[in-house]
Amino acid sequence: MRVNYWSASSSAIALTLAIPLFVVVANIFVPAGEVWQHLAETVLRDYVVNSLLLMLGVALLSLTLGVGTAWLVSMTEFPGRRMFEWALLLPMAIPAYIIAYTYTGMLDFAGPVQTTLRELTGWGYGDYWFPEIRSLEGAAIMLALVLYPYIYLLARAAFLSQSLCVLEVSRSLGNGPWRTFFSVGLPLARPAIAAGLSLVLMETLADYGTVQYFGVDTFTTGIFRTWYGLDNAPAAAQLAAILLLFVVVLVTLERYSRRQARYHDSGRRKSPLTRLPLRGWGRLGASLFCLATLLFGFLLPAGQLGLWAIDTYEEMIDQRFATLVFNTLKLAVLASLLALVTALLLNYARRLQPNRTVRFAVRAAGMGYAIPGTVIAVGVVIPFGWFDNTLDSWMREQFDISSGLLLSGTLAALLFAYLVRFLAVSLHAVESGLERITPSMDEAARAMGERPASILGRIHIPMLKGSLLTALLLVFVDVLKELPATLILRPFNFNTLAVRAYELAADERLADAASAALAIVIAGLIPVFLLSRSLSQSREEKK
Amino acid sequence: MSLLQRSASLLLVLGITFSTPVTAAAPELNLYSARKEALIQPLLERFTEQTEIKVNLVTGKADALLKRLSSEGRNSPADILLTTDAGRLHRAKAAGVTQPFNSESLNRLVPANYRDPEGHWVGLSVRSRPILYVKGKVDPSELSSYEALSDSRWKGRICIRSSSNIYNQSLTASLIAGNGKAETENWAKGLVANLARPPKGGDRDQIKAAAAGQCDIAIANTYYLAGMLNSNKADQVAAAEKMAVFWPNQGDRGAHVNVSGAAITRSSKNPETALKLIEFLASEASQQWYAEVNGEYPVRQGVAVGDTLKAWGEFKADSLNLGQLGELNGEAVMLMDRAGWR
Repeated sequence: MRVNYWSASSSAIALTLAIPLFVVVANIFVPAGEVWQHLAETVLRDYVVNSLLLMLGVALLSLTLGVGTAWLVSMTEFPGRRMFEWALLLPMAIPAYIIAYTYTGMLDFAGPVQTTLRELTGWGYGDYWFPEIRSLEGAAIMLALVLYPYIYLLARAAFLSQSLCVLEVSRSLGNGPWRTFFSVGLPLARPAIAAGLSLVLMETLADYGTVQYFGVDTFTTGIFRTWYGLDNAPAAAQLAAILLLFVVVLVTLERYSRRQARYHDSGRRKSPLTRLPLRGWGRLGASLFCLATLLFGFLLPAGQLGLWAIDTYEEMIDQRFATLVFNTLKLAVLASLLALVTALLLNYARRLQPNRTVRFAVRAAGMGYAIPGTVIAVGVVIPFGWFDNTLDSWMREQFDISSGLLLSGTLAALLFAYLVRFLAVSLHAVESGLERITPSMDEAARAMGERPASILGRIHIPMLKGSLLTALLLVFVDVLKELPATLILRPFNFNTLAVRAYELAADERLADAASAALAIVIAGLIPVFLLSRSLSQSREEKK
Repeated sequence: MSLLQRSASLLLVLGITFSTPVTAAAPELNLYSARKEALIQPLLERFTEQTEIKVNLVTGKADALLKRLSSEGRNSPADILLTTDAGRLHRAKAAGVTQPFNSESLNRLVPANYRDPEGHWVGLSVRSRPILYVKGKVDPSELSSYEALSDSRWKGRICIRSSSNIYNQSLTASLIAGNGKAETENWAKGLVANLARPPKGGDRDQIKAAAAGQCDIAIANTYYLAGMLNSNKADQVAAAEKMAVFWPNQGDRGAHVNVSGAAITRSSKNPETALKLIEFLASEASQQWYAEVNGEYPVRQGVAVGDTLKAWGEFKADSLNLGQLGELNGEAVMLMDRAGWR
């Protein structure tokens, strides 16, 4: 009976969280008119091709950066390693559209770099070649620079927890460090890397700010063009449903390809890690690789934001700024805690009772990440409005009083939307940790008469500490940056740092937006520091 | 059903914890605004000072706010919807979320083509989208109309942003209203062939690109140019000073304009107070504020504008009823899709 309770309540929660997605998908049955023929004849092909190319570019680049740096800092020793270990997380705190605006400000034809070049050489327009930042390639680079930390974070946790024995066996069999990486380390970390990559790709598909600014026509820009421009919300929702379907296929394929594999480790006490000290060119190369990643992903854009902020902060940091910071932090803390508890509950229910209903419900609840925030927000607005108005009508009929809008326009609605959108992040983080705990632990505890809830509290949560913190951090930072759902769903007179930064940046007042953008970055540093400290501590304890 | 009940009761508890009830007693107004906070809040504060009516604000994208408004239905707290283009006001009216209002002073002050014929919305500031050219590179005598920009003499010399932007959609809609669909599609194809670069960035971007030498002509709203001219950034000022304004189509229908405007929502519990705020926004002092702070043109005659706008001279604006822009918007987008205007 206890077990049924777990599976019923978690299914209920997961399905509630999937309501906005069902609202979007339900549009498939709404006739959208002749617009589909028009789309198919003109722009649909571009949308699909560009989205695929963008995903490919972001995947290759963020895998290289994320897995490469994670392996180096967790398995080898080189100058600056201890600093890079946490610093490599920093780019995560920069919203993608902000880094896009920043690099454009620096590298565009009218920007300082090219202007200086022209002044030095006397060249004019068309006289020289310069990489075009606002292009598909540029968008892929921008996105990869701020998204690779998802892979880095999960991959590093996986590498750190890998049984040293396995790696040492590989080395003692005469495999060099490269061979060990490709034939043992990488395959063992695959669930974590896949989880990170799928987060990166979902975020890429959902991105609107960057591609729109760069003039790259992707599926997402198509959704909004169809909605805003053609005023055809059903067709826009149908495009979003196709996007969703695509993600489902992608995730399913990845799961199918490793269907038989299990990734538990024995959970035995690990021997202290001996990092491989790098020498010569390898040493220099490792330092440079990490430095370059950090430089382009964080130091340059944050430095530029800092320069702008110095110019404008007096005007931009007013009394309201403190409220913005407080609002932003409040939302981020609440949402990340909610997401953590939900993710733990859902993952654990699936572990206890991996039946079809639970699995489907949990999968559905985790799909919101790939859908543009605005679409999710509309998926929240509609059922909440329906609920409020139905209740209101009923109250009027029965008691002749109006209950008005109970949920619409409240912070609860906004937190619900965050949960829908970011649950995938915490689900993945917790899941990749839980997968590494062998079920024989559960069985042993069960055999000793422990109940599922106490097994979770006494065994899993302590063992999952790193993964839970990761989940918390990722959602926290995501909520800091979140814009579209916040815009639509927030209550009256309630602003966040992201809203402030966006309103100014969208008016092409980049320098004025810098203070708010920088504040997001700084707020994002808090959990980054906490997490990296706790991760290195857990490492120390094992020694 | 137990699933629904469970989640509903959970949400109910959350909702009661977090919701801030809006009391009906005190005179308050609630605004859904597509105008950004910085471009409306100061006026609202002035209004509150003068009338002691508190104004609550949510900003966002017009279509999303519209969706929120229609989902909230008759219980929506919003009294006024502010948009930055007439097409969205038309859309709000078509969606049935607005109510008509009748104000003698607005009818007198605001030209009829900036108002809904049935009184569902009114324009509050005029945004013009003329041709900007680089001084010295283009002789103004070479310029005449939007239509003429599709001429091959401008090959590789024009900068304009993406057609996903509402201002370009409205411009194209106004051309459809003036010249019909077929001719406008040919025009759009010609324009696309003349672009110096694939469309990207915003209006200021086009101005910067022209000033830096990437193109000779930029099409942009004048308040962006005004914003750059009055900026405290030397590079923005320098770029903007290289540009001059040309008012096209002065011999026929006039230069393309759009309005930012307001509608009173159907759910509003106090439409009279809402109208008071709208009339305040149309007052001479507010109209001057629009012009000074954001370089938009007053919607009514006889309001003194700052030096920046004065320097660009008077112009004849298209007299098309702006509701038409909303009606033709979808056609304009499809046409631009076919013309390859990204």
